[in-house]
Formats: sequence, C-alpha cells, structure tokens
Amino acid sequence: MVSVTDTTKLVPAIAGKRTRKGGPPGRRRTGRITPWLFLLVPLALLGVFTYLPAANMFMYSFTSWNGFEATPKQFVGLDNYASIFTRDDILPVFVVSLYYIAASFIQMALALYFATLLSFSTWFQNLFKGILFFPALINGVAIGFVFLYLFQPGGTLDSALGAVGLGDLTRHWLGDPDVVNYSLAATSVWRYTGLNFVLFLGAIQSIPKETYEAAEIDGANRWHQFRYIIAPSIKRIISLSFILAISGSLAVFEIPYIMTQGANGSMTFVIKTVTLGLGTFHKVGLASAMAVVLLLLVLLITWVQRRLVPDDKVDLS
Amino acid sequence: MAKKLIAVGAAAVAATLMLAGCQSGGTQPDDGTPSGEITVLTQRTDLVDNVFQDYKKEFEAKYPDVTVNFEAITDYEGEIAIRLNTDDYGDVLLIPNSVSKDQLANYFEPLGTTDELKEKYLFVDEQAYDGTGYGVAITGNAQGYVYNKKVWAAAGITDAPTTPEEFIADLQSIKDQTDAIPLYTNYKDGWPLSQWTGDRGFGPEGGNYANHTTEIDAPWTPGEDYYEIDSILYDAVAGGLTEDDPATTNWENSKTLIGSGQVATMVLGSWAITQMRDAAVAAGGSADDIGYWPFPVQTDGVFHSAVGGDYKNAINVHSQHKAAAQAWIDWFANESGYAASQGGISPVVGGELPDTLADFDALGVKFVETVPAPAGDEALEAAIYNGAEIDIWGNLYRQKLIDIARGAADGDKESYFAELNAKWEAARTAAQG
Repeated sequence: MVSVTDTTKLVPAIAGKRTRKGGPPGRRRTGRITPWLFLLVPLALLGVFTYLPAANMFMYSFTSWNGFEATPKQFVGLDNYASIFTRDDILPVFVVSLYYIAASFIQMALALYFATLLSFSTWFQNLFKGILFFPALINGVAIGFVFLYLFQPGGTLDSALGAVGLGDLTRHWLGDPDVVNYSLAATSVWRYTGLNFVLFLGAIQSIPKETYEAAEIDGANRWHQFRYIIAPSIKRIISLSFILAISGSLAVFEIPYIMTQGANGSMTFVIKTVTLGLGTFHKVGLASAMAVVLLLLVLLITWVQRRLVPDDKVDLS
Repeated sequence: MAKKLIAVGAAAVAATLMLAGCQSGGTQPDDGTPSGEITVLTQRTDLVDNVFQDYKKEFEAKYPDVTVNFEAITDYEGEIAIRLNTDDYGDVLLIPNSVSKDQLANYFEPLGTTDELKEKYLFVDEQAYDGTGYGVAITGNAQGYVYNKKVWAAAGITDAPTTPEEFIADLQSIKDQTDAIPLYTNYKDGWPLSQWTGDRGFGPEGGNYANHTTEIDAPWTPGEDYYEIDSILYDAVAGGLTEDDPATTNWENSKTLIGSGQVATMVLGSWAITQMRDAAVAAGGSADDIGYWPFPVQTDGVFHSAVGGDYKNAINVHSQHKAAAQAWIDWFANESGYAASQGGISPVVGGELPDTLADFDALGVKFVETVPAPAGDEALEAAIYNGAEIDIWGNLYRQKLIDIARGAADGDKESYFAELNAKWEAARTAAQG
C-alpha cells in the first residue's frame, strides 16, 4: 500500500518536470494526462477493492446492521465502540495474543540464528535452507490439520515422547486449558520461522564478503562478526519483522480457528470478530467496529515501535 | 426501540418485495409448462455426481423440455449467505438457516398458502411467513440418540432409559462394564453439539417450546427443556462419561468409533442413523448394531420426539424458469425417493416411516411437530438468541458448558445456567423494545 501511494505522488512530479522543458502546447496537455491514464486501472482496482470496502466497513461500524442486504442499516452512533470497551468478553481475548507475541520473539531468535549460521558455508547448506523454509510454503489449513493429529492423545507427539522415555510429559495438548495456547503458539512458530529466516538470510547475504575478511584480519571471531557487522546491517529488516510479528500476533486467526475454533480459552480477537459478525450472531455492525479497533491498535503499536526504534540509515563504512 | 424500528422497516421492505414478486409472476416469460434450463444448488457434494445424476435422468425423462444442472457447495451456509445479496443463486436452492422468516419473501418465490401446502406436505410451517409457504422439505428427521446395541447390551441394558437419571446411570454402567466411551460429544467439530437443541419439545410445552422460550426469562431452570438437555450433557461430562480429550474429537472418525463399538452413544438427529450403519458395516459389524432411541425424558409416561424437516427446497425469486423449478421441487419430494434413501421421514403427507425408526414404533414414541411462531413474532426467537449471543444452533455455548463441566473453565452448572438466564432475559427485554 505504501509503495502505491508513493508512486502516485512521484509520477505527476516527474511528469510536470518534463513538460516544463518544452514541446508544443498540445503535446504538453497529453503529456500531463498520460501517466494518469496508465494509473487509471490500478487506481480503480485499489479504490474498488481496498478503500471502498474499508470505507463501507467504517460506515457499518456505526450501525446495528445484520449483514442482509434487505435489512435497513440502523444508525446507532458509537454504541458498538462502547460495547467493545465495556463487554467483559471482547478486550480480554487480547491476553491470548500475549502467547503469540512471546512466541514471535522465539521465532525471530530462531530465524536469526539459523540465517546467520547458514549464511556461512556449512555442510548441506541448501538442504537445511530448504527444510527451514518448507513450512512457509504449506497452506495454513493443512498445517492446522497436521498439527491436530500431532496433538491428539496417543498422537505423534505423545508417541515420540514415549519413545524417548518422556512418556510422563504427555498431556492433552489442546484439551488442557493451561497448555492449549502454548501448543497453538508453537504451531505458529513452526509455520512462520521459515519466512523470517528467508528475509534475514537475504539481508545477510547482501553484506559484502570483504567486510568479513577485513574483520577476520582484525581478529574478530564469529560472535563479533554477528554483533558488529551482521546485526547492524540487517537492523531495518529485523525491526520490520517485529512490526509484522506483533501486528500478526494481535490478528492471529488461521491456526487457532482451524484447530480449536477458539474453544477452550484459545479465542482470539479475530475469531471473536468472525463469530460475532457473519459467522454466528450476525452482528455485522459490532464486528466492523472491532475490525476498526484492531486497525487502529495495529497503527498505534507500529507508531510506538517506530518511536522506540528510530529508522536511521545503516552505514557500514 | 432501535430493534423495533428495524423490525418495522424489514417488514415494510418484505411487503413491498412480496408485491413486486407477485407482479413479476404475472409477466413471467413461460406460460406455466415446465421448460428451460434450471440450476439446482445442493449441499450434498457426496451425492451430486452419482445419485443426483440418476435423478436428473428420471426427471428429464418426465419433463423433456427441462434441463437440470447441479451446483454442489461444500460450505453451503457460508457461501449462500453471501450469494443471496446478488441475483445469482440458482433456480432451486435450499433455504439457508441464516435467512430469518420475515426475509423469506425477499429471496424466495411463494409456493402457495400454508393451508394449501399442508394438504400435500409436512413441515410447511418451518419456512413460512404470514400464511405463505416458501419451501418443501427434502426429507424429515426425528430426534433422539444413536447407540450401539452391542455395547449397551454388554452393560446389561436393553430398555430405553426413561429419565435423565436413568440415562446417566446407564452411561455409568457402560463405563464400568465395557471399554467403550459411554457418550461422545464431538466437541471439536462443534456443530454436532447443536443437535442437542433439536431434541427440545419433549416437555409439557411440546412443539410450542421455541415460542415458549420467547415468553420466559429463564429457560435454564428445572422443568424447562433447555435445562434438561444441558443438564444431561453437563452431568455426563462432569461424571467422566465422555471422551478423554474433547479438543481433538473428529466427526468422520466418530462414525467408525460408534460403528465398531468404541463409543456407545451419540446425540444426533435420525439422519445420522444411515451413516452410522454404513460405518458399522465398514468396521466389520452389522447394520443392526446401530439403534435409535428417543431423548430420555417422558412426559405423561410417553416418549416424545421432535420431528422436523431437513433443508427446504425453494425457488429463487429472480428465477427465469419458475415453472420448471416448481416441477423439480414437487418431483423431488414425491418421486425421487431421496427421503427414504436417507432413512428420513418422507416430507409428503401420508408417507411411510423409515425402517431406521423401527424402535420408535415399539416404544410408542409420540412425534411432536414444531408449532410456528404467532404472526408478527416469527423473527423474535432468533432476535433473542442472537441478541443474547447464545448460539442454540451453534457450538460456542455448549463448548463452554463442557469446559466448565470438565473443570477447564471457571464456574459450575448453577453459575453457568444463571449466566445464560441473565443473558436471555436481557436480550428478551431488548428484543421486545
């Protein structure tokens, strides 16, 4: 979204510059319109499929509409927003997001560790890269089902634990309310580590080899190389990954929805939105208001994060 | 107040659209003889390429001017709820549960007055509004529970329990004397939990129970159907008579479990009997292993079983070939044999009871048909349960009930029923403006 807005600002500026340089008046006119003609289709698509539905959702959030075209949309002011903050079953579900936020730190650490390790030459380098990235290629629904079997009583996980003599540790991975969110967050880590890993690996590989050579001559060991060369060079991608991970943790949906449907204390904000909205209770107005609140929350957190970690230029030289 | 305005507005829109519907009926291109190409939507993705193709052949032989196409939809409810906002939802379709009765006229062609329809079909009132019927059931179901005869007999039980206490005691003896899980909840898949709601109607209110709940503030008090239903579920779970880990149950697998006798009982509509019998045969047993008994509550010494229509076939109000669509609906109910093949009650008046319900004859079960809501209050029940966010036809509130019963969530039976009653009362007050 950001890049598109940038382009729209950029293109008229360039176009204006060119036309000022000369040419007959008639050509100047078409010259000014041409870039807009090119942009017409993408802008129309963006408007119709992104901004218009978002604007509609914003509008619904002030009504008590039930999602059926034939029902009139009754304006209720800020009632929906008020009930989000006063009901005792909506905001508390964010507690579940804390598990996923904690998990995203583990996920980031794992991804960074493997990315650093595999950026140096090791045995079976490409095989390991493939293995780590593989889960990111699988459909989330399929992952949900696979892990459902893994977590069944007497399932793969229990058998594996039993085989190494840790049979005492088996429990109801999804049935025990104290464990269920750890199980789901762990599934999420398994799924998304690969994606982070590839982002980090790409960034690390763009660091010129000479830098390492120079560092080695100066007597830097691997840890020093990571601490003073790799980490500062990929700072931007790390901070971007954190923003994505935290907003992703607030909006987590797919894995818990497939595996538990939010039952047993694993309800997340988005599952709640779906059940209140079209899914079960047809409170589209309230669900729209929840979507707006989530959007604002993500924007707020991103803003705070950018404040805490300013996006300064990386300069290795 | 706001809710009332909506209701008035909806009724006004419904009325105008109904008039519009009548007008378009007059200028319809076809002259009443079934002809043209119709699209029939179905939820039976498993039957569309085999059984339904035979139906197509038979129907087209009878009506040579009509061509039938099928469109099978996996997530029927979800997809149709969205498609109803367009004109493109086939010619014949099953009325989704999400359409409330006051909205029927916006989407579906009237099939006649309810009095006319009732001469030919059962379950007419279930999709009717203001004396007009909009759908014909594809098959009918009775309510009760599926059980594995071998397992129950191994625990020494051959008579259907007549009280909730006897039912729980029977489950206990199954637990003590066999290796089977006495009762399987299907908690993970969720929707089987909504089947329990279908059992309502065994109490003194009979088929009027749903309307009765719109007149009381506390349906979860002793003597009420909802109380009895949810108490049985709660007590069974609290007594450890259900599966160990409800979070990983699996519907497809549950059929094999009951078929092979690893599970003794499941509370499901009678539509499930044929599926469980198939599973019993596949597991190396016999179809006779699976029996069906009515819900374990007797009123005046008699078992009652709520009977109701399955999905109803209806005509898209925007259809260009309404005569052909009407012919398909009548043919499907009268001649296709769908209901019998599904072990269901025929939607046609005077149809025979399926052999799957043989036990019911011996037990003298009385069938209870749902009494329609009084005029003007058709949408009231849904307004209350949606307002209260108690999904009586969903999974959420019973999953919570099970969580509490097995000690995975705070509270006990009394506190949870009190909470449900409080929500119900508040929503009822709000819905009545």
